[in-house]
Amino acid sequence: MPLLELDALTKAYPGVVANDAVSFAIEKGEIHALLGENGAGKSTLVKMIYGLVKPDTGTMHFEGAPFAPSEPSMARRAGVAMVFQHFSLFEALTVAENIALGMEAPPPPSELSSQIKEISERYGLTLDPDRLIGDLSVGERQRVEIVRCLLQDPKLLIMDEPTSVLTPQEVDILFKTLRQLSEEGTAILYISHKLEEIRTLCQNATILRHGTVVATCDPKKETAKSLAEMMVGKKLKSPKKSKTSHGNILCRVETLALARADAFGTDLKDITFSIHAGEVLGIAGVAGNGQDELMLALSGERRIDAGRITLNSLDLSHLSPSQRRMKGLHAAPEERLGHAAVPDMSLTDNTLITGFERQSLGKRGLIDFSKAKKFAERVIETFDVRTLGPNNAAKSLSGGNLQKFVIGREICQKPKLLIVNQPTWGVDAAAAADIRQAILELAREGAAILVLSQDLDELFEICDKVAVLHEGHLSDARDAGKITMEEIGLLMGGMAA
Amino acid sequence: MITLVPRITLVPRADPSKRMVYITPLIAVALTILFGGLLFASFGENPVEAIRIIFWDPIFGPHGFYYRGQILVKAAPLIIIALGLSFGFQAGIWNIGAEGQFIMGAITGAAAGLAFYPSTSPLIYPLMFVAGAAGGCLWAMIPALLKIKFNTNEILVSLMLVYVAFNFLAGMVTGPLRDPDGLNFPESRSFRKFEAGYNAEIWSGTGVHWGVIFMGLLVVVAYIFYSRHITGFHIRLMGQSPRAARFAGVSPNWMIALCLGLSGALAGLAGLFEVTGPAGKLSTTFPLGYGFTAIIVAFLGRLHPIGILFAGLILAVTFVGGDIIQSALSLPKASIQVFQGMLLFFLLAVDFLINYRVEWRR
Amino acid sequence: MDPVIVIASLIVASTPIVFAAIGELVVEKSGVLNLGVEGMMIIGAVCGFIAAVETGSPLMGFLAGAAAGAAISLLFALLTQVLIANQVASGLALTLFGLGLSALIGHKYTGLRPPPTPKLEFFGAADIPIIGPIFFNHDLGVYASLILIVAVWYFLKHTRQGLILRAIGENHDAAHALGYKVVRIRVIAIMFGGACAGLGGAYFSLIRVPLWNEGMTAGIGWIALAIVVFASWKPWRILIGAYLFGGVTVLQLNLQGIGIDIPVAYLSMAPYLATIIVLVIMSADRTRASLNAPASLGRIFHASS
Repeated sequence: MPLLELDALTKAYPGVVANDAVSFAIEKGEIHALLGENGAGKSTLVKMIYGLVKPDTGTMHFEGAPFAPSEPSMARRAGVAMVFQHFSLFEALTVAENIALGMEAPPPPSELSSQIKEISERYGLTLDPDRLIGDLSVGERQRVEIVRCLLQDPKLLIMDEPTSVLTPQEVDILFKTLRQLSEEGTAILYISHKLEEIRTLCQNATILRHGTVVATCDPKKETAKSLAEMMVGKKLKSPKKSKTSHGNILCRVETLALARADAFGTDLKDITFSIHAGEVLGIAGVAGNGQDELMLALSGERRIDAGRITLNSLDLSHLSPSQRRMKGLHAAPEERLGHAAVPDMSLTDNTLITGFERQSLGKRGLIDFSKAKKFAERVIETFDVRTLGPNNAAKSLSGGNLQKFVIGREICQKPKLLIVNQPTWGVDAAAAADIRQAILELAREGAAILVLSQDLDELFEICDKVAVLHEGHLSDARDAGKITMEEIGLLMGGMAA
Repeated sequence: MITLVPRITLVPRADPSKRMVYITPLIAVALTILFGGLLFASFGENPVEAIRIIFWDPIFGPHGFYYRGQILVKAAPLIIIALGLSFGFQAGIWNIGAEGQFIMGAITGAAAGLAFYPSTSPLIYPLMFVAGAAGGCLWAMIPALLKIKFNTNEILVSLMLVYVAFNFLAGMVTGPLRDPDGLNFPESRSFRKFEAGYNAEIWSGTGVHWGVIFMGLLVVVAYIFYSRHITGFHIRLMGQSPRAARFAGVSPNWMIALCLGLSGALAGLAGLFEVTGPAGKLSTTFPLGYGFTAIIVAFLGRLHPIGILFAGLILAVTFVGGDIIQSALSLPKASIQVFQGMLLFFLLAVDFLINYRVEWRR
Repeated sequence: MDPVIVIASLIVASTPIVFAAIGELVVEKSGVLNLGVEGMMIIGAVCGFIAAVETGSPLMGFLAGAAAGAAISLLFALLTQVLIANQVASGLALTLFGLGLSALIGHKYTGLRPPPTPKLEFFGAADIPIIGPIFFNHDLGVYASLILIVAVWYFLKHTRQGLILRAIGENHDAAHALGYKVVRIRVIAIMFGGACAGLGGAYFSLIRVPLWNEGMTAGIGWIALAIVVFASWKPWRILIGAYLFGGVTVLQLNLQGIGIDIPVAYLSMAPYLATIIVLVIMSADRTRASLNAPASLGRIFHASS
């Protein structure tokens, strides 16, 4: 008898069928991978198992009995626990309080603290129950989520993209814990799109595409390439890095410093790097190590405390974002909706955010809307943005299309230096490939490019050099061909490699 | 998706409905009339008659020739103030102390003129104009500077300053600005007897004074600023997404100063026109709450200059209707405030129709 | 000026604000900013006043004030939690509507006197010099407000429901993901805030003034909002803030009484200016302010699934 059996689960939202008759089963102690692209329906499926979403049709059985949780507490009582991709943690509360919130009937505080210590020692996940979540690193936060689940003695542990925020070394520790759990009889439903990880960890894999199960397989018998093709449904072209020699140094950042803006931010200290014309510099690092601050400092959204930013030997340190754009420095922030673009505004209006001055979309402060519309159309056409037209609101675009628009809007303005943060985060594979290709082409035309990303595979794919950001310090940049994954991992964890 | 009652759900729209932007204020007015009528009925009045007195009589009633002018007189300050507030509200900067800026503008403007009493120089009124705008602007710059320097909440500070302004007004009309030739009443000299500082009716019987002309010009300028100017765009950007505004290169501090300063100056001017025209003199009873009602005008007009023009006229009708109903029925003046509050409530309540569709499930 | 009398009367002057502010603190802790405190207070003031006059019982007045405050707060809850309207605008609407409605229903009660509220008897402890008049010579409302502070502190700090409420105010998406009923809990918090504001209003019209007058709350609801910021969302600091404010009010009234050489109008500005100064001091330290403020405060919650 399987531990959890799903039978023809279907869930439709207006305009999209998120899950269409999905069936599979998980055995006791099994590590089962759920594989699929963004938007394939993985999240909806696990939300149904966890009681956050109710299926339209279909049934579930847990330990042989019918299982239809109407809310998460019901699922938790049955023995289902979940670690969320975007952690469900509360920054201003302590570790112990956070854990208590995720439990059905938490013991009194003192007892809970000792239980936390006991569990965290048994699985090698060190935690101090009295610290505030806001002061913890991303890896530590994930430990809180895991310990919270383990305290309930789960029969099924759901993990949604758990490694996307970890260093390679932290991933190894996590896998050890998961294997230990599996040996003790806990089943694990492991959601990811990282194929190599799934091949090393999981015994079975179910692959979703557009809401339906397209394959079930033993990932150890597949290759990463064959898994990817099942996931995407077609063969992917990978972007080509050209081996051209680079020009002179175009951009220089010297001893830049910036204090954090809020209590849980990171101070930037003594950041120094330079980028040649035609070169792509990648900055790796675990989220929350100063990426956001570095982005704001370089784009001009926050005034730096010390140091210098120069482009073509022109000092930009004290210019505003729009003045920097006039000198050729463009940026594409990580957050598409609400930072790079405004959700409720049309694409035409959204071009005005960065294009008004440099593209002269108006005169003496008065906007020329027909010019703005033409510019929006040019971006849409050049970057193959799927939308009904420039009058549609930004929020009506899918993540991948909006990201193409946002990055395309900057590239169309022919920047001399382009800074992008997480260029393909939450973007489908086809759009991600297009975006990477566009970045490489811009470099080929002689622009300097800075890519901040937590996806090491991405950095190795497109960058010439890689540096690592850890707690606001930036390591020296190294040739991407000469540094290994392990060395980067050590730097990301704060150890000198 | 939000389930209201089983079977009825709110489904987010991909694009905000343009049609609903125009329809919802009308729905809100209709609902207000309906429930307002019920409210009057519960106080034992004939609801149909009460509604007629408030909404019909000021325009088409037997004394309409007089009231129609009064509507313009009341609409001018409401629209001037609301236009100023609307830019701040779009940017998420909440100046709710316009009443205080209105009072301060009236005081500084009046004082600048009275200082030269009984001069007949044609420069007097322009001077008062500048002084009124400056008074309102500086009063609004207090919450602006405190917000920029100390991150203080502008809602609370601007509101506290209304009470300070009230008391300052009381101090002025019992002190330095008291009419030296008067009978010790707490009021200033009358501008009716000070021609160089009097904002007279331009065409007799129409209610049109310089404030109304100014209001008309302002609507046009505000419309261009709102729909075509990059700063108008940046203001909306700031309100919808502050981080995107910063990314575009907008300085939040400059926005705070601009929006508060501008709305303060306009409120101050409204105060100046009022005190030198319809009110005729400074007294503790001259502020009629225009500064607060203008908040409703701004929302009802969808923060859009043309919308505000219509919304201001509608609320001016209720102001005049309120005056009539006070004498015709035994209802207190406050009933009109209930009406206005209700209007804002219903407007906010039906607003969701712009971004959501209501779906009935089988 | 007898300092003992000043202290005793400042306690009475502060009590309406203590009620309103502690209620708003709970609302804000749940992540909702209700700017309608002034409107709820004045509705509580008029309903409490009418109920007390009609029944002759001050206790009925307090109950009616609390009930009316809670009832009118439901309008705000409907707008902001169900119809997802902007919280700032909805709060303003509540205040404007409350001011008008209270004037309308209280119209016929202007100028009447409410039944007196007796002071509590502590076996003659009130006669002890100094300590007696300050601590043992008050009405039930004063002690109720103090108990409420302690109760809210205990609830937030030491109960599971309090923890859930804080969690929702901190991160409503995460709380939703864990299966907590964000909207339901917020509606309850809003009603509690409404009841507290109503109580404060009733205390104002029944004991503090005691009279009914149009617009009589004169901005103390807004001051209560400022006190919550001053208290940096900590219950016991509400008491300090409210008493400080009460002190300024009583002091300026006393100065008016002894005929000091400053016109009354300028003295009357003191409480409002004091509030602004206090806001400036508390807001200036940005990192601390951001640590204590509930992170979801004023943000719209919309369950995505």
